[in-house]
Amino acid sequence: MSKGVLYDGNRCIGCRSCQVACKSWNRNPAEDTTNKGGYDNPPRLSATTFTTVRFREVDHNGKFHWAFAKTQCMHCLHPACEGACPVGALKRDKDTGAVVYDDGRCFGCRYCMVACPFGIPTFEWDDPLPWIRKCTFCSGRLDGGLEPACVTACPTGALQLGEREDLITEARARISASPDKYVDHVYGEKEAGGTSWLYILPVPFEEMGFPALGEEAPTENPHIAMRTLPYYAGGVVVLMAGFYWLTKRKQKLSHTGDKHGKKEGVAK
Amino acid sequence: MMQQKRPFPYGTLILSIVALVSVPVMIIRYLYGLGAMSNLSDGRAWGLWISFDLYCGVALAAGGFTLAALVHIFNAEKYHPVVRPAILTAFLGYIIVILALLVDLGQPWYIWHIMINWNIHSPLFEVGWCVMLYTGVLALEMSPALFERLHWRIPLRFIGMIQIPLIIAGIVISTGHQNSLGSMLLLLPYTLDPLWYTPILPALFFVSAVAVGPAMVILESTLSGMAFGHAVKLDVLSGLGRIIPFFLGIYLIMKLADLAAAGQLDMIVNSYPQNVYWLAEVIVGVVLPMVLFSIPKIRNNRAGLFGTALLVIGGLIFNRFNVSLLWQEIRPGYTYFPHWMEFAVSAGVIAWAIIVFMLAIRLLPISEHRGEAEAPAGRVPEAAAS
Repeated sequence: MSKGVLYDGNRCIGCRSCQVACKSWNRNPAEDTTNKGGYDNPPRLSATTFTTVRFREVDHNGKFHWAFAKTQCMHCLHPACEGACPVGALKRDKDTGAVVYDDGRCFGCRYCMVACPFGIPTFEWDDPLPWIRKCTFCSGRLDGGLEPACVTACPTGALQLGEREDLITEARARISASPDKYVDHVYGEKEAGGTSWLYILPVPFEEMGFPALGEEAPTENPHIAMRTLPYYAGGVVVLMAGFYWLTKRKQKLSHTGDKHGKKEGVAK
Repeated sequence: MMQQKRPFPYGTLILSIVALVSVPVMIIRYLYGLGAMSNLSDGRAWGLWISFDLYCGVALAAGGFTLAALVHIFNAEKYHPVVRPAILTAFLGYIIVILALLVDLGQPWYIWHIMINWNIHSPLFEVGWCVMLYTGVLALEMSPALFERLHWRIPLRFIGMIQIPLIIAGIVISTGHQNSLGSMLLLLPYTLDPLWYTPILPALFFVSAVAVGPAMVILESTLSGMAFGHAVKLDVLSGLGRIIPFFLGIYLIMKLADLAAAGQLDMIVNSYPQNVYWLAEVIVGVVLPMVLFSIPKIRNNRAGLFGTALLVIGGLIFNRFNVSLLWQEIRPGYTYFPHWMEFAVSAGVIAWAIIVFMLAIRLLPISEHRGEAEAPAGRVPEAAAS
C-alpha cells in the first residue's frame, strides 16, 4: 500500500491556493511572467514552480466547460526517472509512494527529464551549479504525518490524500454516482504502469494536456536489456577468446615444419 | 620530421580558430549556466551535444573495436596497417565524448558519483562505466606507440603480455556500450516515435556500429593519407569495403523484420513525415552503400570507397539524430534549435581532437606507411606489441 492524491476536476475552482502553498513550503521564489492571453500562470513547471493549474475552455458533449487541472509530478509506481538515473538520485519511497530526489548523488545528466513520460523534472538552467527540481510529494510532511502543502491548502477538497487503492475506489464511486459529470476514466490508475496521483475530470484528458499513455511501465524494456547484458558480455568474451584460440591454432598447424615462423603468441 | 617544406597551413589555422572559439564559450557556461549559452530547456533537456557528440561520437569510434577484433582475434593480417590509426580514432572519439560531457553535464565534477552510487538498472549507468573503462583500455592499447617512441622496453613488454586480454576487454566493453546507448532509448516508449522505438534497439545500435566502424577507417585513412601523403594500400581499404555490406544487410533485415513482427510495416508508407526521414536514413545510408560496395569498380577506386563510406557514416549520423532528437517528442510549448554556442562547443571539441590526432600521427609511430607511399608493406621495426 502506498499513498496517493485524488484530484477531482469538478471540485477544483481554479483558485491556485495549491500553487501558493507549494511555493511557500518549498521556499520557491515567484516567477516574472508576462500575460500571453491564457490563465496558466506561471505558464509551465520550472525549477522554481513545482505545480501549476491549467485552465482550458473545452467544448465537450455539446456543453461548454471552464476546466482546470493541477499539474505536478505524478509519482509513478514504476518511475522512468528512477530507472533512468545512473546514480540513484531519484528513488521511489516504498511507504509513501513519493518519488524523491537527492542532490547529493546527482551530477546533472538530465536523463530523468528526457525519460519522464509526463514531462515533469526541471533543471536550473541559469545556475552555474545546477540541480534537478521537481515536486517532492512533500515527503517530509508525509513522514511527519501531515498532508502535502497543496492538499492542506485546497479549500474545496478537490485534492484528497489517501491510500491509493481507496482513492481508486472513491474515484470510481464518484464517476458512477454522476456519470454525466465525469469522463469515465481514472487517469493514473493504469497510465505508464500506474501513478500515485490520480485524476478524474469533466472533460477528456487530452483536452487538458495529459499525454495519452499505455499501461506498460517505461522501465520494463530497459530492465530486460540491462538484465541480459551480463550474459551478453560473457558470451562475447567466450566467443572472442574462442575465435582467438581457433585462429592461433590454425596458424600453428600451418606453421609446423616451417621453422622461420614468427615467435608464437602475442606478436600479431 | 617537422622541417619539410609545406604550404601555409590554412587547415591548421582554421582548426586552431575553431578550437580557440570553444574556450570562452565553455567559460561562459561555467560562469552563467547552461541556459546562457544553449537553447536547451526543460522541454528539450538533451540537444546537439548528446545527439552528435555522445550518440554519433561513440558510434563513429566503432572502428577501434571492429578493427581490433578483425586483426587480433580473427587474424586478418592484411588489415594490420590500419589498426593503430583506427584505435587512435576511437580513442579520440571517446575524448570528444568526455569533453562534450564536461560541458553538457550540470555538475561534471561530481561524475565520480557514478563509481559509488550504483543504479545497475540504468542504461546510462552502464554507458558511464563503459566510457570510463573503454577510454582506459584505449589509452592502454595506444600506449605501445608512446613507449616505442620513448624506447621504454619494460612497459612495452608488459602491454605486449596483456595485449590479447586487453583487446578482448575492449571488444566486450565497447559492444556493451554500443548496445546500452540503444537501451537508453528503451526508457522512452511514449516519447520516441514508434517507427524507431523497438525492444531490439540495443541490437540495432550494435550492428549499425559494427557496419560504420570500417567505414570510419576508410574515411580516416583516406583523409590522413591526403594530409600526410602516405596512403594506405587500396587493397586494404577495398577489403574493408567488402565487409561493410554484410553488416548493413543484417542491419536492414533486422530493421524490417522487427517492423514486420510488430505489424507496423505500413508505417513506412503511412506515418508521414517520419517515413521520409526513415526512408532517407535506410535508402541513402544502408541500401545504397550495400549496392555501391558490391560493385568492384567502385570498391577498387579510392574516390568510390571514400564516397560510399561517407554515405554509411552519414546514414548512421542521421539515424542517431532521428532517435535521439528529431523524433523524440518535445514537451508541449517548447521549441529547440541549437544555439550557435552549442555548435561552437561541438565543433571546438572535434577541432581539439583533430589537433591531437595530427600531433600523434607526427610524433608517434602510428602509421606504418610513413613516407613509403604505396611501397610493399615494409614495417617500421616494432617490438612485441603492436
